[in-house]
This record gives sequence, structure tokens and C-alpha cells, in this order.
Amino acid sequence: MKLVVTIVGKDRVGIIAMVSNVLAENQVNILNINQNIMDGFFNMVMIAEMSDTGKMKLPELQKILKEKGAEMGLDIKAQNQEIFNVTHNI
Amino acid sequence: MITAEDVLETNRMITENKLDVRTITMGISLRDCAHPNIEKFCDNVYDKITKSAEFLVKTGEDIEAQYGIPIIHKRISVTPIAIAADACKTDSFVPVAEALDRAGKEVGVNFIGGFSALVEKGFTHGDRVLIESIPQALATTDIVCSSVNLGSTKAGINMDCVKRMGEIVKRTAELTRDQQALGCAKLVIFCNAPGDNPFMAGAFHGVSEGDRVINVGVSGPGVVKHALEGVKNGDFTEVAETIKKTAFKITRVGQLVAREASRRLGVPFGIIDLSLAPTPAVGDSVARILEEMGLEACGAPGTTAALALLNDAVKKGGLMASSHVGGLSGAFIPVSEDEGMINAVEQGSLSIEKLEAMTCVCSVGLDMIAVEGDTSAATISGIIADEAAIGMINNKTTAVRVIPVPGKKVGDRVEFGGLLGYCPIVPVRNQYSSEAFIARGGRIPAPIRSLTN
Repeated sequence: MKLVVTIVGKDRVGIIAMVSNVLAENQVNILNINQNIMDGFFNMVMIAEMSDTGKMKLPELQKILKEKGAEMGLDIKAQNQEIFNVTHNI
Repeated sequence: MITAEDVLETNRMITENKLDVRTITMGISLRDCAHPNIEKFCDNVYDKITKSAEFLVKTGEDIEAQYGIPIIHKRISVTPIAIAADACKTDSFVPVAEALDRAGKEVGVNFIGGFSALVEKGFTHGDRVLIESIPQALATTDIVCSSVNLGSTKAGINMDCVKRMGEIVKRTAELTRDQQALGCAKLVIFCNAPGDNPFMAGAFHGVSEGDRVINVGVSGPGVVKHALEGVKNGDFTEVAETIKKTAFKITRVGQLVAREASRRLGVPFGIIDLSLAPTPAVGDSVARILEEMGLEACGAPGTTAALALLNDAVKKGGLMASSHVGGLSGAFIPVSEDEGMINAVEQGSLSIEKLEAMTCVCSVGLDMIAVEGDTSAATISGIIADEAAIGMINNKTTAVRVIPVPGKKVGDRVEFGGLLGYCPIVPVRNQYSSEAFIARGGRIPAPIRSLTN
């Protein structure tokens, strides 16, 4: 399943490192990263792929990202990419 | 390829503009539950519902988490009980309502609809028993919803039922007076009721449906209003185009959720209901869309035209996004459930008479309107007859859900809580009597379908 991971929050050192680490530890492969800083706020949209048959399931990954994000004052969402396909592609 | 802008736009629609899927409703046929013994029938009903919908709520929550789209309600609709329980030798269907209530609570849904009768042409014994059971059933249960279809374009209007329903509404209000007549908020009186509507309180599993089905109702008035803020100086062609594009996106989300729910539950997909369903939350209002088009307040002259455009554009945009469309499909205008409608009533811009005109061009009817507690049964029947006539002549669904709140007068306000919202008492300005008209009874014949002037 393709995932869209969005990260929003105040910029600081180590955000990408932290998120990449969590994804790597859980066998989630990053396909694309789009990131910018606006008015000191960090915005990142990441597209990644996780195995449908692997041990890690989306709800657990969402929980880990949410907890790790909260520690750094970030709002992190991981969603199945299909929701964006249906709203933007025919 | 999805771009970062696409992702941010969709998530803004969800978080800021309150895009959600309003309901996943599982329709369940109870035709195979029939039994002359009402206790046995109730057991059959309870077993069938709890087995069929065991995983409905969990599945809805899983889909919600995976896609990050809120799914507000998970609900059940069943075969109209007057049909399913017609064989029962009894003079009250209240025990059936109680069984539905228990079954719905057991599987964790927030409403179960189908304590219903379809009587546009006449009554069977079961229809009469059901209608007489409505006040007690709604007073003794929490999540059961009831509806009665008393008119259609093909059959005309059953005026005996119109008369009785005015009295039933009053009785229901009386039996639930300590909850601000909440029972009446769970009772819808229809003309041309669809059998695949996923929205409450009027949902039931139609007689031509399969054994089980998944119907999904979308929402998203806030998203439409936000999109219109971007065409402040545009003409109506631009307005209509903007609404169509937005409705398309909203409906695609609904279709995705419906497809997933159907696959995971192993239950066939029925329809997407394209309705724009408001909530009392700020930013989730149909009235505010009409005001965004340039009306100072909802109810001002031009409101019916604005609503007609909105309703039509939502359908045109939504149709292409879904493989099957049905249910009520249109813009809802429930007063107590829409912050902008409540505001318009409070500032004197919106009256029952204007709402009646608005129901000619939208889905569904006079909905969630609190009126004075001493409004007579005949007046309520008169309101029902007028609304049914609009539906019958215009070949559309119309409905009445009025709440005569005991002890309340114009100037008072009633709180129903949650998504049912709150409502100022709406004045019924015309105080002349409909008594003799309603007392005639019989049937208004089905209308001619040509010479349409």
C-alpha cells in the first residue's frame, strides 16, 4: 500500500531524520519527499510504500508516528494514498 | 502522481472544511424473520441484525483510520417493520422496537431505522398496529427511528393516514415531553420515500432491495462554501461549475469508502447518497452556502433559486463520481441541524412558509422544525398534506419532521443535543383551522403526468 505521510509543525533539527528512522525501522520505503519551511513552520509531504503482507500494519505505524511526532511538537498523519487519488485524479 | 498541493488541499477539506462521510448504513432485510409469535419474531430480528452487522462499526473505524477521513455514523436500516411483522398476532409492535434497540446497541450503531409503514394507498392490519405503536416505541427506545410513507406520485395521498399522523406526532411529543419531545425528531412522514436512503431518521431497507446492502451518505457543505469563497465575483455559470467540481471530489471520497466497506464486510454496495448534510457546527451549514452566493440571510428573496442551483449542481457533480447514486440525493435543509438556518430563523429571515417553498427544489422537506406545543394535530396534518402534495405533484421525495414541543412558545429555544442541534420555536403564522379539511379523510387521487403547468 502506498502511504502519504504529512508532517506539520515548528521547524527544528532532526525532523526528517526521526521520520525516516521510524519508517526504515518498520520496513517502509520512501518514494518521494516534498518539504519546505514557511514562516518557521515545517511542512513535509512524503510518499512511501509499505508491504501489505509485512508484520507492521498501518494502525500501529500511525500510532508510533503520532507519539514520536508529539514528542517533537509535530502533527504527523499517515494515510492510504487512495484518498488523494480519488479527490484529484479521474 | 500525487503532488504536495493535492495532499494539502484534501487534508484542508477534511480538517478545516469538515469534509466527512456522514454515514455508512447497512440495509438488512427482515423478510425471512416473519413468525406469528411476536416473541419468536423479535428473537429472529435480534439474531439477524446482530449477526449481519457484527463488524459494521469496527470496519467503519478501520477505514476511517486508514484513509484519515472521518466517518461520523455507522447505522442500520431494516425492512419496514409493518411488512416484516405483519404475520404477528398482536396489537402492539413496541416489543419489536425494543428488540431493534437492543440489537442496534449490541453492534454499536447510533441509529437503527425501519420502524416504518408504507401506506400510500391503504393499510394492512400490520400497518395500523405499527402506526399506533409509534409514540410508545419512540418513547421507550433510544436509537430506533420511525417513518411512514403516506403518499406517492403513482398512488396519491392517503388522507386517513395524514389525519392520524398529525395525532401520532402530538402523542409522540407528549410521551417524550421530558426530553423536549425528542421522539418527534426520530419520526419522518414521507411522500415518495426511497428504499435505499442511508440517512436517519427516514432510512428503511426497501422491499425491492437484496438481503443486505451497504449505502453511504456523503456530506461536506463546508467544502462547497469554501470553494465558493474563491469565486466571489463570478457569475452563476462559474458558481455552478465550482459546486459541480467540489461535489465530484466529495462523492469520490464517499465512493471509495463505500467500495472498501462493501469489500471488507462482504456485503454488496448499494448506492451513494449525494446529499449535502449539515451539522450544527460552525462551518458545516447549507444556509451559509446560499448566503455565500450573495443573499444577506437565508430566506431572503432569491433563496429558492439559490437552493435550486445548489441542489442541481451537487447532483451533476456527484453523479459522475459514483457508480450508483440513490437515496435522497440533494441538499438537506433541517433547521435545528444547521447553524446558518438556526441563525436565519432567529433573525426573522426564515419562516415555515419560505422553507416549504424551498422544499420544492431540494431534498427533502420540512425537517427538524420545532413549533409551539399547542399546535393542533389538524394543523400538523395540514402541514403534512401540503408537503406530501409538493412531493406527489413534482415526482420527488418530500418529508415532514416537525416537533411540537410541549409547553414551549415562540421566543423559546429547545436543545436536542448532538447532531440534532438546537432550534428556536418557529412560528406557524397562519392560525386558521384545517380541521374540517383534514377530517374528510379518504385519498387524494394520483396526479396526471401530462399537461404539466
